Amino acid sequence: RSFWKGSLASASSVSTTWTELREGLGKLTLLCDANTDGSFLVHHFLSFYLKANCKVCFVALIQSFSHYNIVGQKLGVSLTVARECGQLVFLEGLKSSVDVFFRAQAEPHPLQFLREANAENLQPLYEFVREALKPVDDGEAAWRCPVLLVDDLSVLLSLGMGAVAVLDFIHYCRATVCWERKGNIVALVHDSGDTEDEENNILLNGLSHQSHLILRAEGLATGFCRDVHGQLRILWRTPSQPTTQRDQSLTYQYKIQDKSVSFFAKGMSPAVL
Amino acid sequence: MAAVATCGTGAGSTGSVVAAGSKNHVTSFQRRGPRASGSDSSYSRLVSIAGTRPSVRNGQLLVSTGLPALDQLLGGGLAVGTVLLIEEDKYNIYSSLLFKYFLAEGIINGHTLLVASAKEDPADILQELPAPLLDDNFKKDFDEEACNHKTAESNIKMKIAWRYQLLPKMEAGPVSSSRFGHYYDASKKMPQELIEASKWHGFFFPEKSSSTLNIEPCSLTHGYIKLLQFIQNIIYEEGFDGSNPQKKQKNILRIGIQNLGSPLWGDDICCTENGNSHSLTKFLYVLRGLLRTSLSACMITMPTHLIQNKAIISRVTNLSDTVVGLESFIGSERETNPLYKDYHGLIHIRQIPRLNNLIYDVSDVKDLAFKLKRKLFTIEEEKEYTLNDLYKRLHLPPDLSDTVSRSSKQDLAEPSKLLGPGCGVMAGGKKHLDF
Repeated sequence: RSFWKGSLASASSVSTTWTELREGLGKLTLLCDANTDGSFLVHHFLSFYLKANCKVCFVALIQSFSHYNIVGQKLGVSLTVARECGQLVFLEGLKSSVDVFFRAQAEPHPLQFLREANAENLQPLYEFVREALKPVDDGEAAWRCPVLLVDDLSVLLSLGMGAVAVLDFIHYCRATVCWERKGNIVALVHDSGDTEDEENNILLNGLSHQSHLILRAEGLATGFCRDVHGQLRILWRTPSQPTTQRDQSLTYQYKIQDKSVSFFAKGMSPAVL
Repeated sequence: MAAVATCGTGAGSTGSVVAAGSKNHVTSFQRRGPRASGSDSSYSRLVSIAGTRPSVRNGQLLVSTGLPALDQLLGGGLAVGTVLLIEEDKYNIYSSLLFKYFLAEGIINGHTLLVASAKEDPADILQELPAPLLDDNFKKDFDEEACNHKTAESNIKMKIAWRYQLLPKMEAGPVSSSRFGHYYDASKKMPQELIEASKWHGFFFPEKSSSTLNIEPCSLTHGYIKLLQFIQNIIYEEGFDGSNPQKKQKNILRIGIQNLGSPLWGDDICCTENGNSHSLTKFLYVLRGLLRTSLSACMITMPTHLIQNKAIISRVTNLSDTVVGLESFIGSERETNPLYKDYHGLIHIRQIPRLNNLIYDVSDVKDLAFKLKRKLFTIEEEKEYTLNDLYKRLHLPPDLSDTVSRSSKQDLAEPSKLLGPGCGVMAGGKKHLDF
C-alpha cells in the first residue's frame, strides 16, 4: 500500500524497488474520472511502468502516439525508444481505425469490430494483447512483469461494443496477464454521472468489483478553481475477500502542472494556506 | 496529429507539433516563429502555410476559427488535426453563423474547403458567406457606429444582457487585420471573385445518397459512411495526409459539417430515445482518426438540444476535441427582460483538449455572453451588477427596493442555476469561489 501512496505523492520523480513492485503484482487498477479529465493518471502509469522496466502493452484508443510521447517526455520517458527496443507495444487506435475502416485487412485486426455491423466480442483485441505480452523465450528476462494499459475502455462502448463484451475482454486479459503472467492491468473508464449511460454504468460497476485499486479523479463540487484542479479518491480493495471487510480509502486534492501533478490534503492547497 | 516532420519523407507519422519530429520538446518561447537553423525544410514550409501559427503553449499548429474572440478563448485557435464541435443554438441561427465564419476564414487564407451538409447545397452556403472587414473600411464604419445606432438594414433580434462577475475586460474591439484571424461583416456577402478563386469540395447528402457503397455494412448510417469515404478520398487525392511529398506547397483542409446528427443525415437520434446509438459516435471516432493523420481541421455543428438520449451527448463530447455550446436568448423568457439587454446569448466552453500536454490554458472566465451587432460578433464576460446598477436599469425609485430586490434576485437565481455551481449572485466585486 505504501508503494502506491509514495508513487502518487511524487508523480514526477518515481523511484521504485523491485520488492515494492512485487507487492503490487497481478492486480487490476481501475482509473476513473467524473466531471474531469483523468488522462493525467494514464500518463503517470505509463511513465511509471516504463521506468520500472516493465514490458508494457498500451491500447491507446484516444490520442495519437505523438501526444503520449510528448507528454511522456515531460515525465521522463521516451515512447519512441521504448517502442524501438521492444519494451512498449503500442496500439494507436485512431490511426489503426482509419486503416481498418477503409481497407479490408488480410489478417484479423485488433480493431476489426469497426468494420462489422454486429461484432459479438473483442477477441481479436484480446489476441493482440496476449501476443504482445507473451513471454520471450530467449533465456534472459529482458523486462519485468507485463503490464496492460488501456486508454480508455468507455470508448469501446461508443464504437459499438456492449458492456458485457468489454467486461469479457478484461476478464480474458486478467486471466492471461494477471494470473498466468503475474502482471498488472490499468484501465481508464469514464464515470458518466447522471447522463444515464447505462452501458457505461454496467461497465464501471462491473470493473469496480474486480479491481484491487480504484483511483477516481473528480471535478470539485464547487466548480472551477484555478489552484485545485480536482480531487483524487484512492480506494484499496480486496476483491476476493468478503465485502464485510472495510476497504481503505484516501482523498487528496490535486493540481496538474506542466510536468507533474502535486497532491495535497483537502483544503491544504498552497494557494489557500 | 497531422504528420509534420514526416510530411516530406512519408514515413510513419510522429505528430503535428511544429518541430522536427524526434527532437525533444523545447520551451514554447523557442518555438515562436520559424527556426533560424532551418534544420528541417518541411518544418519551415509548414510554418509558412497561410493562416496558421504555432501555439505559444505547446507549438501545436493552429488555424483561426474565423472569430478572433473565439480563438482567444480556445487558447489561440483551432489545432490542426482536431475537431471543434459546436452545439447548435435552438434555431441554428448563431451556430450557422459561426459555421460561415469558419469557411470564410478558409477562403481568405487560401485553405481548401470541404463543406458537407444534408440541408443546404454547399454552393449556396458559400454564396452566403460574410464579407471580410478590411482595415481602413472598418475603422471608418466603427467610428460611425459609435456615434449613432442606426440599424436600417438590421435584422438583428432584440438584444439581451445578463451580467455577472466583474472581471478583466476581454479584447472586445477589432485589431488591425493580421494574417491570422479576420473580422467579418455579417451584413455583406463575400465577394464573388474570392469564392471563385477558392478551392472547395462540396458534399450534399441528397445528391450522394444514391451511389453504391463499396464498404461492408457496419453500424454506421449510409450518410455517414458516404461522408467518411468522401473526406478520406479528398485527403488522399490531394495529399493532405502527406501521401504526395512532391507537392510544392502544403495547405490546410478545412472541413465543415453542418447539422450532424439531424434526421436529414439519416440518423434517428434526434427523433427517438432508442435510436442508433453507435452510428454517430463511430463516425466521430473514424473522422478524428482521419484528422489526426492529415493537415486538416474540422468544425461540426450539431443540434444536441434535439438528441433524446443524453448518454449520446456525453459520448459525443468525449469523442470531440473542443466543444463549444451556444445558447441564444431568442424565444426564452429572458428576451423581454430589461435586465438582459446587450447580449444575444451565452457561449459555453464545454471542453478544451489537452494536446501534447498534461494541462491546458484554462481561462478564468466561465460565464461568457455573445452579441451580434451589424458588423461584429463579440464575446464578453458577463458582468456583475451591483444592486444599485439593477435599480438604475429597471428605472425604479429607491423606496421600492425591497420588492424589486426580491423579484430580481429570483431572476438572478434562475440563470445561475443554468451556469452551474461556482457562479452566483454577488453584490460588489467579490469573487464567488467557494473553496
